Order: sequence, then structure tokens, then C-alpha cells
Amino acid sequence: MSTSTSGLRLHGFPGGLKMRHHKQVSCRQPPAVAEIPKRLYIPIGQHQGEVGTLRVEPGERVLRGQALTASEDDFVVPAHASTSGKVAGVVEWPASWPPGSSRRCIELISDGCDESIEPQPLPDWQSRDSEAIINHLRAGGLAGLGGAMFPTAAKLRGDWGGLDTLILNGAECEPWISCDEMLMRIRPEAIINGARILARAVSAGRVLIAIEDPMDEVGAALESARRQMDSANIVRIVRIPAIYPEGGERQLIQTLTGLEVPHDGLPQDLGLVCHNVATAAAAFDAVARGWPLTERLVTVTGPGILEPRNFSARIGTRIAELVSQAGGYTDQATRLVLGGPMSGIALPSDDIPITKGSNCILALEADQVSRPHPTLPCINCTECVRVCPAGLLPQLLFKAVAADHEDEAAELNLFDCIECGCCAQVCPSHIPLVDWYRHGKDRLRLKRLDQRRAALAKRRFEARQSRLEKAEAERQARRERRRQKLAAPDQAKSEIQAAIERARGKKD
Amino acid sequence: MKFELAGAPHLPPAQSVAGMMRQVLYALVPAIAAHWWYFGWGIVFQIVLAVGFALLFEAIMLRLRQQPVKMFLGDFSAVVTGVLFALCMPPLAPWWIAAIGMLFAIVIAKHLYGGLGFNLFNPAMVGFAAVIIAFPIDLSNWLAPRPLSPGLPGLAETARAILAGQLPPGLSWDAISQATPLDALRTGVQDNLTVTEIRRDPVFGNFGGLGWEWIASWYAIGGLWLIYKRVISWHVPVATLVTVIVLSTPLWLLGPDTNPSPPQHIFSGALVLAAFFIATDPVSGCSTLRGKLIFGAGVAVLTLAIRRFGGYPDGVAFAILLMNMAAPLIDRYTRPRTYGHRR
Repeated sequence: MSTSTSGLRLHGFPGGLKMRHHKQVSCRQPPAVAEIPKRLYIPIGQHQGEVGTLRVEPGERVLRGQALTASEDDFVVPAHASTSGKVAGVVEWPASWPPGSSRRCIELISDGCDESIEPQPLPDWQSRDSEAIINHLRAGGLAGLGGAMFPTAAKLRGDWGGLDTLILNGAECEPWISCDEMLMRIRPEAIINGARILARAVSAGRVLIAIEDPMDEVGAALESARRQMDSANIVRIVRIPAIYPEGGERQLIQTLTGLEVPHDGLPQDLGLVCHNVATAAAAFDAVARGWPLTERLVTVTGPGILEPRNFSARIGTRIAELVSQAGGYTDQATRLVLGGPMSGIALPSDDIPITKGSNCILALEADQVSRPHPTLPCINCTECVRVCPAGLLPQLLFKAVAADHEDEAAELNLFDCIECGCCAQVCPSHIPLVDWYRHGKDRLRLKRLDQRRAALAKRRFEARQSRLEKAEAERQARRERRRQKLAAPDQAKSEIQAAIERARGKKD
Repeated sequence: MKFELAGAPHLPPAQSVAGMMRQVLYALVPAIAAHWWYFGWGIVFQIVLAVGFALLFEAIMLRLRQQPVKMFLGDFSAVVTGVLFALCMPPLAPWWIAAIGMLFAIVIAKHLYGGLGFNLFNPAMVGFAAVIIAFPIDLSNWLAPRPLSPGLPGLAETARAILAGQLPPGLSWDAISQATPLDALRTGVQDNLTVTEIRRDPVFGNFGGLGWEWIASWYAIGGLWLIYKRVISWHVPVATLVTVIVLSTPLWLLGPDTNPSPPQHIFSGALVLAAFFIATDPVSGCSTLRGKLIFGAGVAVLTLAIRRFGGYPDGVAFAILLMNMAAPLIDRYTRPRTYGHRR
């Protein structure tokens, strides 16, 4: 298997599912610029790292692009104001994960002017060192736009030694999401330039942009941008067959290189680093144009949406506002999903704001969703084994977790499950396998925590015990010495006599 | 607006247990039709009896175990067990054999072990093993296939034979029954005849047993369809049939007088049925793909060994039951390598 555009030999990955795609539904028209809502809810901690300290006061007027939180280290991604307006305060606002939870958000009341700060590009980035580029990306609030929101600076920084390839992930393998495809169509130059910026940040000599095979228009757009921008000729565009979950980082790496990320390691151990194409475009905006990350493309689609399309939406816009601009819901819309249908999160309400990782809002109708069917027992049909891209035995994992045999689940490599959902999708007994694996992982984590705590308590107890024993032994020894003295009265008498005489001697 | 919460994936499921079981039944239809053509109405009665008893025992056991009766009856697994058992029965086997077979299959092998998904042994084969051990004579009364038969019993005659044990007037068992090809082969070899001589018996067909070879071919076609529909995986059937060929070919080449040819092995008895429909039973089989290969190969080796050295003409049922026992151990040693782990 080789591709004509790149000449790179593809390796594929085991398992996976060929899915029916519905991207075209939201690609019929170019992305719309979503209206800036009156109130925005910008999460303070919208990434995996810790929460930055607030830099604004309630009542303060802020401009678009102004940092709302400060970033002390690479794992703290600053939040920026998505438009100009007044900071109303910090509120607890519904969040997507865990279900039903809330998170601290800055409530920003738009003043309708959408006034921006002065853009702060990094001049001559082509000749700047990686330190400067990464610092600039951090200040620009970059986090992985593919969904995981991993802090970009933290992923780029570090002395990895021999990092040679940057992989840009444009293989959106979930059946409904099209925001990356749209972005690659309308802003191919930003992606190619962003690729050069990210490659420079890690001194990678090669960039592979992976797109899915059916994305013809995208391939052409990227190719022509590459010819214009990539004078050093480091970028290659690779078409990979559309098999879910090929957009998963580990599966993408396996497809492109044939290598597997060690189970206890990172792609960087293989000399690779992966970023989403949208992250590359955001890197271009931050470094070359000087705009912090305040908006992103969001697909609003699904059978439950009247006019599905992509939106360029400001971070902090409530989902409800985007849906109403997409014509609203159909009457039968019963499930709202953030992300794709295979691994997305069901949302309880559409009050949840768009974050840097929100790629798709999918509304499904009652007859097109997995229902909480009565589940049958596992019949060991091994369809799950055949589709598992991680080489696990999903049915045995399920049985181990369901029987509370966490150690057995750990031995079956439960933690290597990427929760892609392929197994649950093909399960004829309709067992919610991914839910079980999450449950099992939580149980194992708790158990390990308990074990660590117990070990610590044991160590403390033993230390105290030995301390007490030592003190006791010393006391015993002292007692013994005293007892021996008492047992030998002559010696004691002579000692007393000697002492008396010494005292007399001194008097004389 | 409020929305329902549910775990991913959010798409409707691709298939169901009932759907898979129904497809297995569809895949058996051509072979059942061929069976009917060669051996008459008996198979229809056997299927009706076995399925009837299977559903009856299933319902009783589900009720006793306080399980949802309707849901589990609707999964068609008991129907599949009944049909597979019936396909192993001689056409005129008396009705109570089906009852006893299903008692062992459904009550003992399935529900006493925990019901659907928990049985260690293939229920149909447990039922078959029970009745062939208990009633060997009743299970060896096979009819002569249509081309060799003085006249296959009709619908009413079949009913009377099965339900009341009365043969049509003027006919005796000796007149209408005939040894199966595997029986003929077995007794022939014991009588020091060469395989070539034995095969002159009209009960042998072009490459297997007369009639049997076509029923087996339809099993194979139905099984290939199941593989194509991903109801079963290719591992067990391929491993079983390849192992039979690999083992029997050199023996046949070295001693064609005493060893049957590979096609003779495959196309007589229940080997093809077992390879595609019984050894592929997911519940009592292996959980890993490499394990399935070993499982299939084991079924083949044991079947050939029992055919050659054992006390029964066909050893498929015992081979499968023995491999059912070995399956958990095989699973243990054939785990796949997880992504990112070294071997």
C-alpha cells in the first residue's frame, strides 16, 4: 500500500471499523461566522493542566485576545477574552465532563464592539529558536484542538533528542465531524505555515500531514499551499484509508510508521510528535499573526439539527446559541453529543460552552441512537477481539471488570484501552463495554491509591513500632544495669565508699 | 433544553444475538433441504421435536431461575441448539430421544451452568453425547439415502415411526435402514477389507458418502455465507478442515488400503457441520483468534483419532466436548500482544 501523493509506505493497524460517513451533511456550505453572544462563559481550566491565576477583576473591561488568566508553567494554558466587554465575574457553569458537573468560568458580557488588543506576532519566526516559539505558543493559549486539549507548549518543549517527524492529524475518522476537513479546505496556507512553525519548535526535519482518503478537495488544497509555502520541502501530505479510529494518535502513528508507542511511553520516544491540523493553524495565528486562541471551527450537525453546518465560534459561546443559528433542533432530537458518535460525550444540556477542544456538536434523534437496551450476557462471539485496534481481549476484560476482578483486568492490560468504542459498537449482546472499562479503570486507580495509602500507613506504623521497640530496649538496658548494681551490694557499697572518700579528699 | 445521558458509542448497535442466531438458522436451510431430499421427512420431525423440547425446557429453566423468559426465548439460541441436535439424529429416531437429548442440552449443559453465555460445553453436543452413549442402537438406525432406498417413508409413515415406533406395514428396519458410510468404513476395515473394496458399497458417493457429500457441501456453503456475514470467524472452520487434510493426506498416500482419502473424511459424517456450525459455537469455544486456530485443529485431530481408534464411527461430538474443556487453557496461552507491549 503506497500513496501516489507522498510515496510513503503505509502500514495500517489491526482491527477498527469502516464507518458510513456523514461529513458531507455539514460541508454543503462554507463555515458561517457565528454571532458573538451577549454572554460568554470562558472556562478557566479548559485544558488538562492546572488552573491559571486570574488576572482580571469583576467589572473590568477587557479586549478580545486579552489574557484572563496567567500561565506559570507549560501545563497551565492561559484563557483569553473571546471578545471585548465587561467581566461579570467568575461563576460555576455546567461542563461537559464529568456528566452533570460544573466548572469555574469567567462570565464575559460582550459590549458588541469586538475590539481587539494589538496583535503580538513573533517577528522573524523563521529564524527564531524553539524556546521563543514555544513561549509564544504558550502565551497564545494553545491547547490541542483535536479534543484532548493537551497544552501545546508542554507537548513541544523538552529535550527529546532526535525528534525527527512532526505528524499533523487531519484524519477525522468519526463519521460526522467535519471541522478539520473544512479548515483544511479554507485555510490550507495557515496549516502548512503552522506545520513549519511547529516543526521548527521541535526541530523536526519532516512533517507528515495525514488526511483521509476520501478528502479529495482537501488534498488538492493542501498540495497547492504546500507548493507555495514549503520552500524547504519538508511537508508531505499522506492519504490514509478511512478506518475508525485511525485519527487516534497511536493508530495514526502505527499507520504512518509501523511503529507502536510503548505502553508506558510517549510518541516522543519514537522521535515523533503529533498535533491536530487545527492546532497548526492556531499556531500560525498565534506566531505569525499575533492572535491568541479565541475562536475555533465547530461542526454542528446530525439528524437532530435542522441546518447542519460548520461555525467559526468564539470560545465560551454556549452550544444553544450555535444550534439556534443552525436552524435549531428537530422535534425528535433526544441526544446531544460533544464530539463524534463513537467516542463523544453525551451532554445533559446545551448550556455548556464551546471550549478549545469542542470539535463537534452532534444531535441525534431517538431512532438513531443506542438505546439502553436490555443487555444479554456476553456470548464470547469475539467480534470485539477482531475490531479492537489495541490488541486487547475486550470480552475477557468486560468479564473481569464485571466480576470485580481488577487485578485480572490489569493483567489483561485494561489501561491500554483507548476507549474508541469499536467493541461496544459491534457487540451483539449490546453490552456498554466502554462504560465498563471506565468503571474498571476507576476501580483500579482507587485500589492502587488505597494500596499506596496502606503501604504508607504500614511504613509509618512499622517505623513507629521499631522506634518504640528501640526505646523500650534502651529502657530495659538501663533497668538491667541498675538491677545488676543492686544485685551486687558490695560493689555498690564500695562505690559509695569511694565517692565519700573522693568528697572528703576534695574538702581536705 | 435537556437531553438524555448515555455512554459512547452513540450509534445504534450493528447486530444482535437474535440476529446472529437467525442467520445461523438461515445458513442451515439449504443443507436441511438436501437432508430432506436424501432421507425424507424424518429431519422435519426431528427439528420440530428438538426445537419444541428445547424451547419448553428453556422456558421452564428461565422461569425457575427467575430470568426474563420472553427476552431469552427470543434470542433463538435454544432453537439453534435444537436444530443442530436434530441434524445429528437418524431420521426415524423415536421422539423421546429428542426429549432426553434436549434435557441434557438445555437443562444440564446450559442452565445448570448459568444459561446463555456461561455454558462450558456445547449444549447440542452434550445432548448428542448423552443419547449416543445411552441409546447407541436407536442412533445407528439410519435410512438408506433416496437413490438406494426401496422407498422413503412418507409423511404419515414417518410420523407413525417416530411417535409410535411403528414401521410401515410390510417393511422391516433391515429393509429400509442402511449403515452410514462411516459405519460401513469402520466395519469394513475391521473385516480386513481395503478402503477401495469398501468404497464399492453403493452407500459411498463420488467423493464422500452418497447423499452425505451433498448435505456436507450445503453446510459448507451456508458456513461460508456466515463467514462472509461475519457471524462466525474463519479461524475454526479453516483450522479444522486444513488439519483434517494435512493429517489424512499422508496417511492415505502411505496406506490407501486402510486409510480413507481426505475428501472421504470431510464429506462423510458431521465434520463439515461441526467445522462451520458447532465448533464455531462462540460460548464454549476459544476467546482468542489464535486460540480458535488451535481449537479447530484440536477438533480435527481428535475426530480423526476417534474415527480411527475409538469406539464410535464418528467422533466429532466427543472431539468438540474435549476441546471445550481445553478452551480456557488455550485462551490463557494465546493472548494477543497488546499495542505498545513487547511480546
